[in-house]
Amino acid sequence: MHNRKRLLSFSLTAVLVLFLAQFLCAQTAAPAASPSTDTAARLAKLEQQTAEAKSSADNAWMLTSSALVLMMTGPGLALFYSGLVRKKNVLGTMMQSFALMAIITVLWGLFGYSLSFGPGNSFIGGFKNLFLNGVGASPDADYAATIPAQTFMVYQLMFAIITPGLIAGAFAERMKFSAMVVFTILWSIIVYDPMAHMVWGKGGLLNAALGGRFPTLDFAGGTVVHITSGVSALVCALYLGKRVGYPKQSMPPHSVVLSFIGACLLWVGWFGFNAGSALAAGSLATSAFVATHFASAAAAIGWAGAEWIRNGKPSVLGGISGAVAGLVAITPASGFVKPMPALLIGLIAGVFCYAMVAKVKAKFGYDDSLDAFGVHGAGGTLGAILTGVFAVAAVNPIFKDAQGNPLPTGLLEGNAHQLLNQLIGVVISWVIAIVGTLLILKFVDVTIGLRISEEEEAQGLDLSQHGEEGYYWETPA
Amino acid sequence: MTKIEAIIQNSKLEAVKAALQEIGVEGMTVLEVRGHGRQKGHTEVYRGREYSVDLIPKTKLEMVLPDALVDKAEQAIVNAARTGKIGDGKIFRSRVDDAIRIRNDERGEGAL
Repeated sequence: MHNRKRLLSFSLTAVLVLFLAQFLCAQTAAPAASPSTDTAARLAKLEQQTAEAKSSADNAWMLTSSALVLMMTGPGLALFYSGLVRKKNVLGTMMQSFALMAIITVLWGLFGYSLSFGPGNSFIGGFKNLFLNGVGASPDADYAATIPAQTFMVYQLMFAIITPGLIAGAFAERMKFSAMVVFTILWSIIVYDPMAHMVWGKGGLLNAALGGRFPTLDFAGGTVVHITSGVSALVCALYLGKRVGYPKQSMPPHSVVLSFIGACLLWVGWFGFNAGSALAAGSLATSAFVATHFASAAAAIGWAGAEWIRNGKPSVLGGISGAVAGLVAITPASGFVKPMPALLIGLIAGVFCYAMVAKVKAKFGYDDSLDAFGVHGAGGTLGAILTGVFAVAAVNPIFKDAQGNPLPTGLLEGNAHQLLNQLIGVVISWVIAIVGTLLILKFVDVTIGLRISEEEEAQGLDLSQHGEEGYYWETPA
Repeated sequence: MTKIEAIIQNSKLEAVKAALQEIGVEGMTVLEVRGHGRQKGHTEVYRGREYSVDLIPKTKLEMVLPDALVDKAEQAIVNAARTGKIGDGKIFRSRVDDAIRIRNDERGEGAL
């Protein structure tokens, strides 16, 4: 109590002294400058302070978003996927997500960022930003004018981490850890970096804002993240073949509880993924946030509702799978559509992905174990196409005429051509994913081999690949 | 001495335990088991795929009783565990030759 009083009187004195000092200085300085230059200087200072304030605000949101997107991989995706596998593979599946948080980060710093966002040609960036050279505190005006280039770099890194992580759903329970590491490193270089450059990089073939040949609308990664990973997942499932015993032996999820926690973390993290893709904290971020949330909700209802009608019961796994499908589908559209179209996109995605997973997969018999293709490939493709339908200039005036007036954006606004561009973007990402993944799988197959042995598969990834167990019941007291 | 093995619904364990305590049964061993009788199990659906679960979780009680107590104990279990629906479980009884208390080598009914 006594201390606080002393502190108070001390600070009061300090404030008084400062005030007096300023008063005296002003008295002596005032006559030196003319009133007009004084005003100009003060205005310039004010402008600088305003810019700094905006930068701080945007930067705060973008750092938060970066953290949210990292949380999507670990623990979000790690929990979501590991709950869907059998008990003996729980740690191996978590590790497939977690390892990327480490490996892709290193690659991104060394050359990944430069290949994706450094200046280059239409297909891939160059070597200008190797080792993060030139990526510092000053903003890169082409990408995000109000935040440090380093913030933009680390935000994009989180996308590069989660994308290969999604593929793991297709080769779950049967791929060697070493093969998975080599596969994802090569995949990141051969598929992800070029695709990110084409869609988001300056001068990229599909870039909508920075002079691309076929401007494809992809706000947060429908093509770059979900189509590439989902389609690559299908290729992996077909190339690796089925798990031993599939589909005769029953392999139900060992813990829908883990998957539930993971899916809810994904939903929350996705606000960073989509609203963060505004690269600023303004109203576009709000719009993307709202669209994201509405789509996810509608898709959860769509999937669980379809189940309810077909099986008589709405399942928890159906609800959370639907939510994720809706988040996938709204990803490319989130910064271009209003809330009601977002609701519609979500609802369609929930029912469509359910049909892909429950009907189409069963019909063709491929073992896309955790439905990486059924949710991300199918949902991503659907979302990319529907973005071309529902995008409006009122949300995001991305196309402008010579005078800077906004032009129609999507099909419903009268820009039918955009649908074609969306299809071109979809086709290119499918082709890159298929060709790239096939080449990498072949290479890894002949060099170190892709699959674990049959005995190892019976034993599980946890013991055979990592020498530990997720659930060790016989712990001595 | 007689051994009683009772396989019952998981949800009936507390009721059965209470009923046995009431008639003076002093010890039992309880196991979590899985199995099936004529009740064939159920199906679960994950992402449109049906999984039939034919081994159902059940609770198994084992106790060795002095012969005088056996009929009463069986009746107590039946009363407490019966719902009248399929899947209520079974009781098996068998003779036991001897019992030994590890602490002090006591044998026979006195060791129970």
